[in-house]
Amino acid sequence: MKNALNSRAVSSVGTMTVRILFAVAAAFPIVFMLVSSLKPDQQIFGDMSSIAAFLPIGNISFDNYGAVFDRVPAARFLMNSIGISAITVVLGIFINSLCAFALSRMEVRGKRIVFTAILATLIVPFQTLALPLVWWVNQLPYFELNGFSLEFSKGWLDTYQVQIIPFIANAFSIYLYHQYFESIPKELDEAARIDGAGWFKIYRQVVMPLAGPATATVAILTFLPAWNSYLWPLMVVQSEELRPVMIGIQYFFQLNVSWGEVMAYASLITVPVVILFIAFQRSFINSIASSGVKG
Amino acid sequence: MTTTQLPAAPSSPEVPTPAAPGKPRRRRHLREQLSGWAMIAPAAALLLAFVFLPAIMGFGLAFTNARLVSPRPVEFVGTDNFARLFTDPTFWRSLLNVGYFAIVVVPVQSGLALAMALLINKKFRGVNFFRTLYFLPVVTSMVVVSLLWLFMYRKDGLINELLSNVSFGLIQGPDWLNDPATSMPAIIILSIWQAAGFHMIIWLAGLQSISGELYEAAQLDGASRWHQFRYVTWPGLRHTRTLILVTITIQALGLFDQVSVMTQGGPLDSTTTIVYEAVRSGFKQQETSYASAISLVFFVLVLLISAVQRYLTREKD
Repeated sequence: MKNALNSRAVSSVGTMTVRILFAVAAAFPIVFMLVSSLKPDQQIFGDMSSIAAFLPIGNISFDNYGAVFDRVPAARFLMNSIGISAITVVLGIFINSLCAFALSRMEVRGKRIVFTAILATLIVPFQTLALPLVWWVNQLPYFELNGFSLEFSKGWLDTYQVQIIPFIANAFSIYLYHQYFESIPKELDEAARIDGAGWFKIYRQVVMPLAGPATATVAILTFLPAWNSYLWPLMVVQSEELRPVMIGIQYFFQLNVSWGEVMAYASLITVPVVILFIAFQRSFINSIASSGVKG
Repeated sequence: MTTTQLPAAPSSPEVPTPAAPGKPRRRRHLREQLSGWAMIAPAAALLLAFVFLPAIMGFGLAFTNARLVSPRPVEFVGTDNFARLFTDPTFWRSLLNVGYFAIVVVPVQSGLALAMALLINKKFRGVNFFRTLYFLPVVTSMVVVSLLWLFMYRKDGLINELLSNVSFGLIQGPDWLNDPATSMPAIIILSIWQAAGFHMIIWLAGLQSISGELYEAAQLDGASRWHQFRYVTWPGLRHTRTLILVTITIQALGLFDQVSVMTQGGPLDSTTTIVYEAVRSGFKQQETSYASAISLVFFVLVLLISAVQRYLTREKD
């Protein structure tokens, strides 16, 4: 009996050790990045061979961050990325949930075919679409309100909308909402209809308030690629004032770069996402782990 | 009840009840059709415009001489682009590199992700802390991760210092990214580090869907932990396994960001990939048609491999 107890204690200590090892492996590069962003280059290299590489000790300051704002229009890039990501997330939540709502809860002829076609887009990797898409958005018209006159222009290259509109509709978001809506009892709709509610009202006041976890998941899964997008803006945005944060990294692709500044910029564009993730992580991980993604 | 929160709408004679027979019912049906389509339309139109159309266009462009900006009209050139592609040694090298990358990443990353999921599956004190930490690399952008590891992989960088410290000075690390022998392994390590957390979440979803009663029954039968894993967990993850296999493979075949930031395909083409070649010709050299041909080959490859994987992992009755 005592023996069995001991072996269980040993195995639980063993499990915890493995857990901690994985945690260290996951965290050490990020800790190194954050700590290095606070040190001058000389000290980063001096600390590299000891545990000091991971500790904010020695000559600590925010000088690197100041230098980053001098070298890169970082504030502008941050504002662009916040705007682009926020609009993509908000419109994405609205349009994709609306579509999933009709597909899941309404009698619409042909909805099975539509749903299958939507899911089929999941097998097309974005990378294969990117180049024809550049060519295509360059042919698209767009309108501008110039005072009172509506002006049409050709080509979406080098605009904000080219970074937003192609990424609003998303098959995976529709799928997640669809799965979630299926788990909400349809009797609620019937009851609301008897009370005289229209479909949009049912969507807005009955179903969406119950779909919080799905919304949290879709929000994060839309936000991350929007904030992290690199390949697409690299191809379609030339003007500095329209660029998102990831493109700022290119300003550091040069000789004699200060690594402290690089780490400061990397931290600057990573920390907001980490904070956002930690704020939402409980509902995010739980909702994926409990209902969302299933094979 | 949720329904009580609804403001009571004035009941007008136009509002049909489900029991109403005949004409009003058909009218209700028509209205449902119309509002249903109105709700589907925005998302469907956007997917049509930005996924279906470019996909079809890419297919068409691959057989033309289209350039991103060109005064000449677009001409049909048959399979010229493919003939050029299949005689280009860089293309074959990129296929080989992507194959190498996928063959290592797919099993190692899915295995590590499963191990992580098993470690944080059951509730224990601090489970959320570990879940957050394990997922942290995933929320860090691949571009930032590449830049960070570019720094850590220097000859005098953190990785080599760590190797030297844990081996008491015995291991003198290589110049990871500038040596054709170690450049791809270096990219493999950081890719697994960044993405394993995402697949951990998918494994976790599968693990959570296995009924706890099965484990209780197995424990009553005196099954060891290994036997529980072998006969309860592993069969219970059947669907998840296929999903993981297919998603990791597609992700691996699309290798781009890391190469673009860290090596630009070098040294000596040892890290160039299909997508990197497509972007290089389509974007830097503005050869939209040639890039579309590469993209088409890539798409067919992805489709073939996932079809084979689905066939091999299908449920055998």
